[in-house]
Amino acid sequence: MSEPKKFALPVLGEVDRRTALKAGAATLGVTAWAAAIQPWFEWTTELNVDEFLQKHYRELTAEQKLAVFRHLEEDAKKQYGADVHISDPLPLPGVQYAYALNLSICIGCRKCAEACHVENNHDRPTHQSYIRVFEMQKGGIDFAKGDCHYDHPVPAPDKYYMPVQCQHCENAPCVKACPVEATWAEPDGIVVVDYNWCIGCRYCEAACPYHARRFNWQKPEIPADEVNPNQGYLSNRVRPQGVMEKCTFCLHRVREGRMPACLEACPTGARVFGNVLDPDSEIRWVLDNKRVFVLKEELGTKPRFFYFFDK
Amino acid sequence: MSVEDPSPPAAARPPGRLLARFVLLALVGVALAVGAVAAFGPVRVARPSAEVALPYTPEPKFAVEIRKPAGPPVFHTGIKDANGKSVTMACAECHKTREPNAANRLGRPMAFFHQALKGQHGNLACVACHNSTEANASLRLADGTSLPYTEVMQLCAQCHGPQYRSYQHGAHGGMAGYWDLSKGGRTRANCVDCHNPHAPKYQPVQPARATNDRGAAKETGHE
Ligand code: HEC
Ligand code: HEC
Ligand code: HEC
Ligand code: HEC
Repeated sequence: MSEPKKFALPVLGEVDRRTALKAGAATLGVTAWAAAIQPWFEWTTELNVDEFLQKHYRELTAEQKLAVFRHLEEDAKKQYGADVHISDPLPLPGVQYAYALNLSICIGCRKCAEACHVENNHDRPTHQSYIRVFEMQKGGIDFAKGDCHYDHPVPAPDKYYMPVQCQHCENAPCVKACPVEATWAEPDGIVVVDYNWCIGCRYCEAACPYHARRFNWQKPEIPADEVNPNQGYLSNRVRPQGVMEKCTFCLHRVREGRMPACLEACPTGARVFGNVLDPDSEIRWVLDNKRVFVLKEELGTKPRFFYFFDK
Repeated sequence: MSVEDPSPPAAARPPGRLLARFVLLALVGVALAVGAVAAFGPVRVARPSAEVALPYTPEPKFAVEIRKPAGPPVFHTGIKDANGKSVTMACAECHKTREPNAANRLGRPMAFFHQALKGQHGNLACVACHNSTEANASLRLADGTSLPYTEVMQLCAQCHGPQYRSYQHGAHGGMAGYWDLSKGGRTRANCVDCHNPHAPKYQPVQPARATNDRGAAKETGHE
């Protein structure tokens, strides 16, 4: 991975955020500074001083992380009445994830989107999901003619179906657009968001050519007994209001060796996932043996999400 | 895309928390202007880079299990016994005494028995798959070899090589469980779980409820 990106503050010019925090602390002394900024937090009950002073996620030590996770677990209990467990499985060395989807097989049943909704603790009233399934006219890839609100038995004649979620681009425009480094690509290729660091500016949402990012306009509503308690800090924990979210390939599952929820839910077997660095993996076989393509290749985003037809 | 496009980024955020953050950033800025910048060391990134690592190819410790049919199917007579249980018969009970009729095919209705069976699988002859020399208690491969019903996938494989090959490489037929077989096992569906051997076309379904984008849904009330 490259040098940490700099961001520009209007007053200062280029400086990285951690240095800024450190300098602030050094000037006033951490306690004095925390006390000095306390009034700002009285505007809102959602953010506390500890959370603000939380260093960038990637710089936290194991103990500091645990403290943050415990705090978030207590918060989930308070806000949702649910006993959740937040973990942070690390990327495995020698693993690069990729995903492929067989468009000859997919019938557009939306079981994947449904599974995502449940697995990732999405807002219930809006029935949100990271996956959008387009019903497309056979003979081309024209998203303008695609419909994602169809409601009739599928597959319909002359149609094919194209589920679209975060493409986990190697050259991700969203990562570049983020002014505060709250979103980045992990060593295993998963593009993540630190919801505690995100300032909600939505630049990433505008930058994503696949419309894969969602913004939390309101606090998600989920009944206590429907909260999925197996949560990842960088993935499916309930997101606070005012931050961006997106598909993480179910990071909390896949880094434990499991399949993403959308793949397991697919009744047709259209989805293939795995480690491309393993020459014997299923995903590698697909990339080597099927004529795969990526969406909007001309943009040079280099997605890790591939599509193919059997013939 | 037919997605309701989100509004332009900038102004659209709930106030409070985020405003607080920006104000804080400015505060940090002022503090910094007073303080000394140069005194601080390089930034440490905790996560190791994967670039040097060898490909992760663990020894499988868990099995891939393909579901199998329980055994030969049974014939449902449609009759209930005294206890209300439906009466079934083994295929062989009739077929050990009947001459097989090679003219029966899936492309046309059965004339006077098994009429419920609606075939739509090319125009295959019944005896292409059912082993009439064993009273239909088994299946039959093209070379005449007897095949137990539990091994039906081999039957499909002989005519559908490409799909079978894809299946073996995980690119047809799906799976559930672990991609990493050193951490857990996998279960897979059988060809006949998704394809009725007599009418294999995958059946249409009613899709799950459409999903929404919260952003789009809330947009109207917001700006
Ligand atoms: C009650 C008696 C009966 C039972 C039990 C029965 N069949 Fe049949 N089966 C028939 C008759 C009669 C025909 C001939 C129908 C025709 O020629 O139109 C037939 C025809 C067939 C044929 C077409 C080839 C041929 O030999 O004519 C197949 C294949 C077949 N049966 C399979 C089975 C299987 C498999 C079972 C067990 C699940 C089964 N049958 C159980 C009576 C039976
Ligand atoms: C492509 C191969 C194939 C052909 C052709 C075929 N069958 Fe079958 N048939 C099977 C298999 C496999 C099963 C077992 C299904 C199971 O285990 O659920 C079966 C099951 C049956 C059964 C018992 C279950 C049921 O559906 O009632 C009957 C009866 C039967 N076949 C009759 C026939 C007849 C009659 C024909 C011709 C008109 C025929 N089959 C053609 C493969 C075939
Ligand atoms: C003896 C050769 C043979 C065997 C055995 C056989 N098939 Fe087929 N299958 C065919 C042919 C021929 C077609 C093409 C039918 C057509 O085009 O109408 C076909 C078509 C299909 C289709 C596409 C159907 C459609 O309408 O889209 C499926 C799915 C299928 N087979 C599944 C199976 C499965 C599952 C088995 C094992 C139970 C099996 N087949 C066994 C010859 C075979
Ligand atoms: C998890 C479900 C599932 C399993 C298991 C499965 N298939 Fe399929 N298969 C599908 C679906 C879905 C399609 C696409 C059907 C459609 O769009 O109409 C398909 C299509 C096919 C076709 C038709 C291809 C074409 O070009 O028309 C064949 C042949 C086929 N499968 C054979 C097999 C064989 C052989 C096996 C076992 C080795 C198998 N399938 C296992 C779901 C499955």
